Amino acid sequence: MTAAALPRRASETYLPQLVGLGSLVISLLIAEVIIRIGWISQYIVPPPSEIAGSFVRLFLEEHIVYRFFYTSGECLIAGVMITFFGIGIGVLMQRFKLLQQACETWVAALASAPFVLMYPLFMVIFGRNAWTIIMMGFVSALPPVILKTIEGISGTRKVLVNVGRSFNLTGTQQFWKILFPAALPTIFVGIRLGLIFALINIVGTEFLINFGGLGQLIEDLAERYDLAGTYAAICFVILVSVLFFMALEKAERWLRPVD
Amino acid sequence: MAETGRLIRAAAPAPLLSPVTLLRVAIILVLLAVWEFLAHSGWLYRDVVPSLLTIGHALYGLLSSSGYYFNLGVTAGEIGLALTIGGLSGLAVGLLLGVSPFLSKAYEPYLYYLGPTPKIIFFPIMIMWFGLGVESKIALGALSCFFPVVLSVAAGMRQIDRVLIRVGQSFRASPWQMIVKIYLPAMRHPVINGIRLGLGFALIGTLLAETKLSNKGIGFLIIQAYSVFDMPRMYAMLIVLFVLAIGANALVGRLGGLHSIKRT
Repeated sequence: MTAAALPRRASETYLPQLVGLGSLVISLLIAEVIIRIGWISQYIVPPPSEIAGSFVRLFLEEHIVYRFFYTSGECLIAGVMITFFGIGIGVLMQRFKLLQQACETWVAALASAPFVLMYPLFMVIFGRNAWTIIMMGFVSALPPVILKTIEGISGTRKVLVNVGRSFNLTGTQQFWKILFPAALPTIFVGIRLGLIFALINIVGTEFLINFGGLGQLIEDLAERYDLAGTYAAICFVILVSVLFFMALEKAERWLRPVD
Repeated sequence: MAETGRLIRAAAPAPLLSPVTLLRVAIILVLLAVWEFLAHSGWLYRDVVPSLLTIGHALYGLLSSSGYYFNLGVTAGEIGLALTIGGLSGLAVGLLLGVSPFLSKAYEPYLYYLGPTPKIIFFPIMIMWFGLGVESKIALGALSCFFPVVLSVAAGMRQIDRVLIRVGQSFRASPWQMIVKIYLPAMRHPVINGIRLGLGFALIGTLLAETKLSNKGIGFLIIQAYSVFDMPRMYAMLIVLFVLAIGANALVGRLGGLHSIKRT
């Protein structure tokens, strides 16, 4: 590789990212100017600088860190529940083929069902509290974990299963030493999808029932007509979501064997 | 003898119901029985789990009321418009990103990470921009629908066989002809998949917006049933809604020929 080729490669790699970031910054600057000169009403869209300034207020006055941990706690409980029940049901369905044949299409259909619309029903059953939010996250996130567990265990390479048989492993040993480790990367894909669904539904339900952490904060600020605060809180939720997805992706890559 | 045995086995009539069907029927019956037992047990608050007969009555009442169809029409119209706006803009942006690796590297990461964020949190902004009427619901539906369509279309564009693109170029096809004659037919399945996902997201976005702030539509009816604690009616509406949502999803897949994709 020549020395001249290196900077060219670097520019090819970073130029699109710079253009992407640059256009974002330019868009914000244009928005700032347009709003300041009154082409767009400040009562509809506050200037970006005002939104950026509201972030400090969110930390000092609105206890956004506490709210962040509240929502994270709900996600964690829902995550533990989908992992436990999703893998359990998936293993059970994979173990009993007849059950899998009978129910797999139902689970797949439920994966596309709009569970979040059941939130009024969950409020009646669990009350207006954190359990409604956690259960909304849990129910909507369960199908992908079940489906990916079935896929992962069914996709275990035959040679690995035969190795287990040649060592005369019992059914339990075969599961814990062969099937489960081999299926783990695929199961994690399901857990990752499930956690994304859970986060979406948890924040969404918090907003809808006006209870809990970050979702409720947005609703609170919007009701107070604190425009800059509302926009800043939405930006914060987007930032948290993006970091959450990035962390899950990293974890998934770490778990996946090199192809 | 062995041959005779084989013939006899082959001629044996197939069971009327397969074991899978029997198990499905059994599961449904057990679930219904458990539901009915819970409804009459008194373990839960009255009407939280109404009896099946009560839900059946509510379902009949719902489906025979003209008001329900008016609200269903409003919601269907909102979802249709949201899908059209979000789907078409997603298709256009997806084509742009798919055709240019530079644009894709510059902007697709933003769309990729913004895609799975909860869109309902944008509802206060939609209300400020588009008002309290159906426009804000359509806008939220369109925003929800945009991301899956754009990501599916961009990914689909990149999977098109290079030979097809070279054929189009060798015929000196215009950009429009390339889109209509090469790109869209070649990536029919990713586009339909994106629209299918987009439909689901548009439906959820629109209905959630209706439950939050509206005076018509199915979302409004659901939250109204909740506020007067009319549980049988709420169950009836959720049943109809789930059937419609899963049915619409399957219909889009069937119309797009997704069932004909050969799995390898």
